[in-house]
Amino acid sequence: MVDADNAACRDAVQRLYHFLDGELTPERRQLIQRHLDECTDCIEAYEFEAELRLAISRGCRESVPETLRVRIAQAIAFENPGPRGFPPGGLPGSTPGLSGSL
Amino acid sequence: MADQATFADQAMQYMPSLYSAALRMTRNPADAEDLVQESYLKAYRGFGGFQEGTNLKAWLYKILTNTFINSYRSKKRRPELTEIEDVEDLYLYRRLGGLEGATAGRSAEEEVLDLFTESEIKDAIEALPEQFRIAVLLADVEGFSYKEIADILDVPIGTVMSRLHRGRKALQKTLYEFGRSRGLVGDRDG
Repeated sequence: MVDADNAACRDAVQRLYHFLDGELTPERRQLIQRHLDECTDCIEAYEFEAELRLAISRGCRESVPETLRVRIAQAIAFENPGPRGFPPGGLPGSTPGLSGSL
Repeated sequence: MADQATFADQAMQYMPSLYSAALRMTRNPADAEDLVQESYLKAYRGFGGFQEGTNLKAWLYKILTNTFINSYRSKKRRPELTEIEDVEDLYLYRRLGGLEGATAGRSAEEEVLDLFTESEIKDAIEALPEQFRIAVLLADVEGFSYKEIADILDVPIGTVMSRLHRGRKALQKTLYEFGRSRGLVGDRDG
């Protein structure tokens, strides 16, 4: 377990998120890195947090329903007077919500 | 000035990210689809105002987030909490540390990834109060920097850091509760 009484460990824990977020100055980053190189407790905690984040981002990956892709492509085509001559704001009688105030 | 004719080529690639975020924001597929469609339409109409060469993904997220806050949030019946309980550092790690013995030889990655199901992870994110949830999504799922998130949400960087810090820890606590209620992790203190 990370040693709460050790100043270097405390510092590493305190800056953990900034470190993982890549938001530390190079100097601070190097200081923490040096501590991690020699402190197995802290490196374990860091690895755990990094993997948890990976699990979170993987867990939130969704695929887009094909129907939504089509809806959006159509909505944009209706917006565009374009080569096919669609009037701006959609075709008469097109799906409500595709035109009008957004 | 960005050319509207290039909108689809440039912007459509971000749809999976935007839809994933929209699902976590609205917490239901029908609203998420409407939110993404509305955001894309707004983006298309406003594409002329997008500065070519700047961060298109962040620009799209700003539209998505604003649209969510302005149009979808009002559908909620109960008011969102703006404060959450303070949770100690390394909350989950300290409680799961004892698992190492039982699963010797496995990497931290295998342990964490196997410990929680995808739906538990989604539920834990969706359980976060909105402003914390959005910050965590933007940082941990989408990988935006503090500065980018500050721009997307129109808040100071300090606010971003504070929401992330507290949101992430609250997320750990929720995950721990899930694990405990499933009997995955024991009642371990400290």
